[in-house]
Amino acid sequence: MTRDRKKTIFLAAVLLVILAAGVAVDLALPSYHIAVKVIKKATVYALVAVSMNLLNGFTGLFSLGQAGFMLLGAVAYGVLTIPVADRLSVYQYFDGGLIQFSLPELLGGGTVGTTVGMLLALAVGGILSALVAWLIGLPVLRLRSDYLAIATLGFAEILRAFFQWNALGPITNASNLLRGYPDFQHVTSYFLLAGVLIAVIVLLINSTYGRAFKAIRDDEVAAEAMGINLAKHKRMAFIISSFFAGVGGGMLAMYNGTISSASFKSSMTYEILLIVVIGGIGSISGSVIASFLYIFSSEWLLRGLDSGSFLGINAPGLFKNGFRMAVFSVIIMLIVLFFRRGIMGDKELPDLLGRRPKRRRKEAADK
Amino acid sequence: MLKIQDLRVSYGGIHALRGIDLEVPDGKIVTLIGANGAGKSTTLRTITGLVKAEGGSIQWNGEELLGKSIDKIVSAGIAMSPEGRRVFADLTVLENLRIGAYLRRDKDGIAKDLKRVYELFPRLEERSWQLAGTLSGGEQQMLAVGRALMSRPKLMMLDEPSLGLAPLVVQDIFSIIREINRQGMTVLLIEQNANMALKIADLAYVLETGRITMSGTGAELLADEKVKEAYLGKHR
Repeated sequence: MTRDRKKTIFLAAVLLVILAAGVAVDLALPSYHIAVKVIKKATVYALVAVSMNLLNGFTGLFSLGQAGFMLLGAVAYGVLTIPVADRLSVYQYFDGGLIQFSLPELLGGGTVGTTVGMLLALAVGGILSALVAWLIGLPVLRLRSDYLAIATLGFAEILRAFFQWNALGPITNASNLLRGYPDFQHVTSYFLLAGVLIAVIVLLINSTYGRAFKAIRDDEVAAEAMGINLAKHKRMAFIISSFFAGVGGGMLAMYNGTISSASFKSSMTYEILLIVVIGGIGSISGSVIASFLYIFSSEWLLRGLDSGSFLGINAPGLFKNGFRMAVFSVIIMLIVLFFRRGIMGDKELPDLLGRRPKRRRKEAADK
Repeated sequence: MLKIQDLRVSYGGIHALRGIDLEVPDGKIVTLIGANGAGKSTTLRTITGLVKAEGGSIQWNGEELLGKSIDKIVSAGIAMSPEGRRVFADLTVLENLRIGAYLRRDKDGIAKDLKRVYELFPRLEERSWQLAGTLSGGEQQMLAVGRALMSRPKLMMLDEPSLGLAPLVVQDIFSIIREINRQGMTVLLIEQNANMALKIADLAYVLETGRITMSGTGAELLADEKVKEAYLGKHR
C-alpha cells in the first residue's frame, strides 16, 4: 500500500509541476511565442493520442479513423462558436450560412458565457463524433485487425470529402475556411481541459470496463468465456474513443484559428499513431510524453534544419526546406528500431518509481 | 444437474458431435475422455455458448441453455477454464481474477470469493501483482481455475487442465480439483490424461468421433480392457 501511496504522491507532484510550468509560460511569454504555440498543439495531440491509445492500445482495436472524428469535432466547434456578426464574411459564398446563432453569444457573452459556450461547443463536437462512431461501428466493428483499420481509414476519407461538398456549404462552408471563432489564450486552460479529459480516460481504463477492454485485447475467446459481451464492449470503446477524438479535434481547431476540412488528412491519423507507438502502446503517460517530444521536435527544435543553421552549424546548402523532415524520419526509424515497445512500453510514469520490473527479473532468475 | 440430449454440432458440414447424451449430476466429478478431435472441447464450448449447436438440447436444472447468450449461461452458474489456460497475459493476477467476477455486482461476495481462491492457491496471492504472462505453466493453470471460480459457479468445466504440465504439477492440479469438488462444486472434466481423470471421476464417458461409445463409473472404465488398450496405454 505504501508503494501505491508513493506513486500517487509522485503523480500529483508531476502534475503540479506541469501546471506550474504552464502558469509560468503564460506569465513569461506572449501568446504568439513559438513555445506557447508548440505547447498548445502538443497538449491537443496528447489528448487525441490518449484517445487513440484507449482503442488501439487498451482494447486492441486497430482503428485509423481518428482524423475523421477530429474533423467532426472541429467543424462542430467552429459552426457553433463563430460570432453571428462575422458569419456573413465567413460564409461569403453561402449568404452567411444556415446557422444564425453562436453558443457563446446565446449564453450572454462575457468571460463566463464565452467559456461555457466554448466548452459546450467542444462537448457537442464530441457527442456528434460519438454518435457517428456508434452508427459506423454497427457494420465496421465486425471486422478484425487490418480490415477494421482499412474500413475506418476509408470512413475518415469519405467524411473529409463529404464535408467539402458544396451542398453542405451553408453549414460546413464546404471547402472554404471556418474562422473568427474564440480560442483559449492561456496554456494553462489547455492543460486543465486536456488534463481533466485524460484523467477521465485513465479512470475509465482502471474501472471494471477498462479491465474488460484489456481482457478483450489479450484474448477474445477467453474474455467471451468470462461472459464479457464482445460486441457491446468494442462498441463502447469505439464510441468513447471517438468522443475524445472529437473534443480533441475541436481543441485543434481552436489552436489553429481556422478550420479547413481538407487538412484533416489520413496523415494526421498517422502522426497520432506514430505518437502512440513511440510513447508505447498501452501507456497513457507514454502517449503524453511522446506527443510533446514529437510536436516539439517536428514544429520547433528541428526547425533550424530547414533554415540554414542548426546547433551552431551553418550549412545553407544542405539545411534547406524539407531537410528537417528527412532527419526527422531517420530519428523515428531509430526510435522504432531501438525502442521497439516505445519509450514507456506499457508502463506508466509512476511505475518507474516502484522498481517492480527489476524484482520480477530477479524472481525469474531464481526459478 | 446438467442434462444433454442428442446434441449435434457441425463446423461447416463436418460433424463434430453426432448426437450425444450426457448427464452431470450435482456434486459429482464427471469426466469426458477421448482422442484428439473426438469432440470433447466442442462439447464444452457448446455448453458455454461459444459454439452454436445444430440440434438437441442442453438442460441446466430444467432450463434450456441452447440459444442463450454466453453471459446468461455464465450467470446461470456455469464456468469454464478453457483449453490452453488462456489467461490474460498482460493483466495482473488480481485483474485476471476480477475479470472472472465480471458479471457479478455483489462486492462483498466477490471479496469473499477472492479470499477463498487465495486460500486454495496461496501462490496466486503471493503473485497477485505479477503479470499473468510471467507465471509458470502450473501457476497459469491455477489462475485459470481460480478465474473460473470467481464467477461463483455451480458447475465448473475444465478443458485439459493437465495440458503441457509437469507430472508433479498435474497431481497438484488434480488434488485441487478434488478439493473444489469436496466443497460442493460439480465438475465436468475433459482430459487426454485418461488415467488421472478416471481415477478421480465419479462418472465417465468415452467420446469417439462425435459419439459416446461407453460410459460408467470411473473405476469401471479404468478396469475396462478396451479403455485400457485405447486410452491408458496398457497392452495385453
